[in-house]
Amino acid sequence: MDGHVLSVLSGAQLTLTVSLASLGVAIALGLLGAAAKLSQRRPLVALAGAYTTLVRGVPELILLLLVYYGGTIGLIMLLERLGLEAEVNIDPFMAGVLTLGFIYGAFMTETFRGAMLAIPKGQTEAAWAFGMSPARTFFRITLPQMVRYALPGFTNNWLVLIKATALVSLIGLHDVTFHAMQAGAATREPFYFLLLAAAVFLAYTTVSLWALRALSRRYALGSTQVSL
Amino acid sequence: MNWDVLLLPETLALYAEGLVTTLWLLAGSLFFGGALSLLLALALTSRVAALRWLAGAYTYCIRGTPLLIQIFLIYYGIAQLEWIQARWDAVWPWTMFKDAFFCALLALALNNAAYTAEMLAGAMRETAPGELEAAQAMGMSRWQIQRRIVLPSALRRTLPAYGNEVVMMLHSTSLASTVPALIDLTAAASRIYADFFLPFEAFLFAAAIYLCITFMLVGVFKALEWRFLGHLRPRSH
Amino acid sequence: MSLATPSKLEVIDLHKRYGSHEVLKGVSLKAHAGDVISIIGSSGSGKSTLLRCINLLEKPHQGRIIVAGEELHLRPTRTGELEAASAQQLQRLRTRLAMVFQSFNLWAHMTVLQNIIEAPVHLLKLPREQAVQTARLYLERVGLSGVEDRYPAHLSGGQQQRVAIARALAVEPEVMLFDEPTSALDPELVSEVLRVMQQLAVEHRTMVVVTHEMGFAREVSNHLIFLHQGRIEEQGDPREVLARPQSERLAQFLAGSLK
Repeated sequence: MDGHVLSVLSGAQLTLTVSLASLGVAIALGLLGAAAKLSQRRPLVALAGAYTTLVRGVPELILLLLVYYGGTIGLIMLLERLGLEAEVNIDPFMAGVLTLGFIYGAFMTETFRGAMLAIPKGQTEAAWAFGMSPARTFFRITLPQMVRYALPGFTNNWLVLIKATALVSLIGLHDVTFHAMQAGAATREPFYFLLLAAAVFLAYTTVSLWALRALSRRYALGSTQVSL
Repeated sequence: MNWDVLLLPETLALYAEGLVTTLWLLAGSLFFGGALSLLLALALTSRVAALRWLAGAYTYCIRGTPLLIQIFLIYYGIAQLEWIQARWDAVWPWTMFKDAFFCALLALALNNAAYTAEMLAGAMRETAPGELEAAQAMGMSRWQIQRRIVLPSALRRTLPAYGNEVVMMLHSTSLASTVPALIDLTAAASRIYADFFLPFEAFLFAAAIYLCITFMLVGVFKALEWRFLGHLRPRSH
Repeated sequence: MSLATPSKLEVIDLHKRYGSHEVLKGVSLKAHAGDVISIIGSSGSGKSTLLRCINLLEKPHQGRIIVAGEELHLRPTRTGELEAASAQQLQRLRTRLAMVFQSFNLWAHMTVLQNIIEAPVHLLKLPREQAVQTARLYLERVGLSGVEDRYPAHLSGGQQQRVAIARALAVEPEVMLFDEPTSALDPELVSEVLRVMQQLAVEHRTMVVVTHEMGFAREVSNHLIFLHQGRIEEQGDPREVLARPQSERLAQFLAGSLK
């Protein structure tokens, strides 16, 4: 029994890694998406709009399977078109991180966009009036304030993201769910190991909730609630 | 790319079967989950601390763990318990646990109930105190107030968030494909991929169908919001 | 007003419209060193728009803007408005003007001190030590030494506006622009801000003030402009104009206002 418990816990580490890596991708895409939606340039707005609509219209599992099974083939075909011959392989980890990052980037886009819109217009007007360039205004005024408004939405997205990483077990990544199923199959006692995996997730979400609620209280503005 | 594969009658039949299963799962989970969520929401806002605590613990555990694990727990996990095994050949309702569809539906319904209950409870807690006071001043009992004032208002205010939840539920049904022998839309796509090794055709087709249903659901909820949330719209005259 | 000294600010024939509605129909003004110009008028007269066109927070459709002898180069956009031909020139000229807003617009995530030294340090490239010293000096001048580490949200409206004035002073502007600086304040707090502005006038700062405060306009400013529906209806020495309005509209406006 012990060895199995250990393997489940080792999977817990991979779950965290996948979550954090996906979060990084999601934040990057979220900032780009929000900037595009607020840029007032129609092609950018349309592109960002198509992005968020696509993600909100298609189940995560389908996107994951598409990227995992189709990604390698697609990438090779694309490179062939460009005249390059390369050995590329999209492994389950990359497929997982890219897909989850892509999906939650769309949610972050909405969160960041809402946060940027929540900043009172006077803040940036004062910056311009004193002669700040658009870039400087963004980094000195918009971004710091956006963080405070975005905190609740950001936290909610993170909580959903952590749970979504369980899907990577379906493409063969040895995360906590995968190990729990394996241990369950080996010992014919899936109930206990699945409960253990569930407990791991519950621990992650509880710690995240607690940490980000504390941050929210200290820094956040606005009234949206942080919750599961 | 070979899109003709999608036009084969067997292929279309498989997708159709998957679509039907998906829609039944969605409808069933919303129906049973919705009913349960009403009870849970009342428990969450109840004055009895034990009820609040129990309901709160339930929603906390469900919302803090992945749906995938919940599905596995019900399909694989419950099957392990000897107590169930002893009964599920002959005693109803335990016989249902042998049915893949039932297991998936149960997991989805329990999941939906937890999220919807929290949404509803939140809206109930946000009822304008003035409205409550007016009802109390009129002499309504607590139950009457819940039934005539709090719930109708809360149900309406939950509409936008519930619309999101319904779309989420549609996407969640795709996890039913992980239950063996259950052919939902995603499982159909996986089967076509496995048969023909055409990942793009197989999954993009399914994605397109999900996208269509999502748009329809969004349209329905926009119409419902227009009808039922008119009292919150800004003045037009 | 001396004719020999160059003007600090000159605005020539400004036009601005929103869609088909013309808000400014050819307005010009000139400010010399030490002038305190008050702009009054009813809402919709275009007075705030006029002020906001000076530092191009609003884009005029026609007109010229000259700050301390340097003309801001403008070019037309696709929609017919004029924009700055050179972003750098615009930013540079903006650092020579300073604006005090109706809603203060102090940066919420920065302390009072950080608010005041932001432009001097990052835009004027002054050494931080010097900027901090200047900031403390101006905080004292506006009567607020001791709040430098507080956040704007923890100050009263009057205090916030005085910090905003200190922030504007810290860049040592050629001209200070005030956009209805007391309109958003509770009546008890209005006088503390007006007192500070009066002190600035005594120090011979060049100020253009859009205001409803007739007392300030009469006692402190040396030139009054009455704007009506986008045009200068009447202008001149405040005491004369307010005591003996030549135009009927100004008489009506004054009759309507309480002071």
